[in-house]
Amino acid sequence: MFAAERIKEMVEDALPDCTCLVINEMNDGEHFQAEVVSSAFAGLNLVRQHQLVYKALGPHVGTDIHALALKTYTPEAWPHGDR
Amino acid sequence: MSVQDRIQKLVDDNRVLLFMKGTRNFPQCGFSMRAVNIVNTLGVPFETVDVLSDMEIRQGIKEFSSWPTIPQLYIDGQFIGGSDICWELYQNGELEKLVADHPKADA
Repeated sequence: MFAAERIKEMVEDALPDCTCLVINEMNDGEHFQAEVVSSAFAGLNLVRQHQLVYKALGPHVGTDIHALALKTYTPEAWPHGDR
Repeated sequence: MSVQDRIQKLVDDNRVLLFMKGTRNFPQCGFSMRAVNIVNTLGVPFETVDVLSDMEIRQGIKEFSSWPTIPQLYIDGQFIGGSDICWELYQNGELEKLVADHPKADA
C-alpha cells in the first residue's frame, strides 16, 4: 500500500520547481495516476522524463506502487498552469 | 549467458519486441493488454516475451532499460517506453513513423 501524498512529496522533493498532482482513482493504494510539471523535463524525451519521476520514487515503483500512469510537462507546456 | 546478454540478444534479433505479462492472445495485465493492442494495430510483425514465465528476465529487463515496470516495447533495438508512452506515441503518430520502413505483416 502506498499513499498519494507520499508520491507527491517524494517527486516534488526530487525535481526542481516541481508540481505533482497524484490521484488513486481505484482507491487501492496501488494504481496511481500523476501529472508532474518540472523544468527538469526540458529537452528530454518521454522515456527520460518518466525515468526522472521513477528515480525520485526509488524502489517503490513496480513493487508497492503497482502502476503509476504518468503525464509529464515542462512549466510552459502545462495546459492548466495557473501561474 | 547472463540474463543481460540474453535480453540483448532478444532485442537485437527482433525488430519489434514487447516484454509483457502474458501472451498476445492472453495478456495477464491491463497495461500489457493495452500495449499489445497498440502494437497489433501497427500491422507489422512483432514478437512478445512473457515475463511471467521467465522470472530472470522479469527482473533483468528492469535493469536493462532502467525502467521499473512491465510492459516494455523495443523497436530496432531501442527502448521505446511502457504502456503510457506507447499510447502517447501512438496517438501522435510517432509510433507509426518508427515502424514505417518495416515490412507489413501478411494479413
